[in-house]
Amino acid sequence: MAVPVRIVSVDGNEAETEIGGVRRRVSIAFTPEAKVGDYVLLHTGYAIGVVDEAEAEETLKLLEEIASLSEVH
Amino acid sequence: MKFIDEYQDTKLARGLAHRIAQRSTKTIRLMEFCGGHTHAILRYGIRQLVPKTVEMRSGPGCPVCVTASADLDKAIALAHLPDVIVTTFGDMIRVPGSYSSLQQAKAEGADVRVVYSTIDAVEIAKVNPGNSVIFIGIGFETTAPTIAASILKAQQDKIGNFYVLSLNKLTPPVMKALLDSGEVKLDGIVCPGHVSVIIGSHPYEFIPRDYGVACVISGFEPVDILLCIDKLVEQIEKGEPKVEIAYPRGVKPEGNKKARQLTEDVFEIGEANWRGIGVVSKSGLKIRGKYEQFDADKAFSVSLKPSKEPKGCRCGDVIRGAATPLECQLFRKVCTPESPVGPCMVSSEGACAAYYQYGTTENLLGL
Repeated sequence: MAVPVRIVSVDGNEAETEIGGVRRRVSIAFTPEAKVGDYVLLHTGYAIGVVDEAEAEETLKLLEEIASLSEVH
Repeated sequence: MKFIDEYQDTKLARGLAHRIAQRSTKTIRLMEFCGGHTHAILRYGIRQLVPKTVEMRSGPGCPVCVTASADLDKAIALAHLPDVIVTTFGDMIRVPGSYSSLQQAKAEGADVRVVYSTIDAVEIAKVNPGNSVIFIGIGFETTAPTIAASILKAQQDKIGNFYVLSLNKLTPPVMKALLDSGEVKLDGIVCPGHVSVIIGSHPYEFIPRDYGVACVISGFEPVDILLCIDKLVEQIEKGEPKVEIAYPRGVKPEGNKKARQLTEDVFEIGEANWRGIGVVSKSGLKIRGKYEQFDADKAFSVSLKPSKEPKGCRCGDVIRGAATPLECQLFRKVCTPESPVGPCMVSSEGACAAYYQYGTTENLLGL
């Protein structure tokens, strides 16, 4: 499994991350593009991908639309 | 927590459930491949939220469960070798092999250690130069780059006492094997989210093309899974199967190239032995010759008795989606999380553990 964690600081191939008050040092060797403030998907000590916030917003917008349609009917 | 809580919202889930119910006319069967999905589906009662026309089956996506007894027996035999430290992910330690488990080996004096990350396994090798440290490398495409990275780290830091028993497995080839067998007829597949973060969406394209089966990549929160089911139902109703991503905040069509490059540098594709399925060609990862000094299969030799499955255990059928845990005579009676008979009850990603933890017979049968 992988969980989204927020990058607090970057130090070469490693980053300090935080989720729900828990801090963990993780490898960003697979996501060299990750920067402070990004959310990355953390799997067994490694960031395997950077969460795309714009896509997340798009998905939520679509979901809100679906939910509002179901309320009307 | 951001990117989690929003996708657990009741109103959004209800909206999707409503739309799925409106759309669904055909009776269909979907398979979720990933053990993480199986747990989320049971935990959040997704089966009760979708109409009775939509049947959900669990597939071979729990890394511990699909590890063959013979491979477990090898890991246990390695643990019993002198001066060896076996390191592994947590779930593996309790899984019964043919005659023993890593936990039992530990109780008998073997040095078996649970690690959170391959980084920890390399660290154990570094601080124990007098021992051979073997990492039991299970998992799918998501975990493979982390194992590749551990071998590259050991090489870089000249750690000569670190080894990997490579049992890594690949998702699309086993999907093909299941579809080729024709044992379980499927209309759509809930494709694994975090495997797809690495491999992207292209490797699934043969499935709609050659088998007419819909494929949608899903995230792991309940709203993610409902969105995936909504898209699958839409494709199937229209008769237009294709590959879609319902988890675009995590998965790009091209996947994570950097992670794949590391995997491809260290591993080559070979056959793998799957519990319940058998040996599937081109479905596993073997360590390349240039890294053979880290290959536990090359460095150690153990003699093994023929492997066997626990009597009455139907994990193999459950892994193929040919049976649900409820169809196993041992489920809940003999086999429980406290005293598991097969791996599907041990692992936190196993289907039997999910059914045990979250299900009642009534809600599992959709009554």
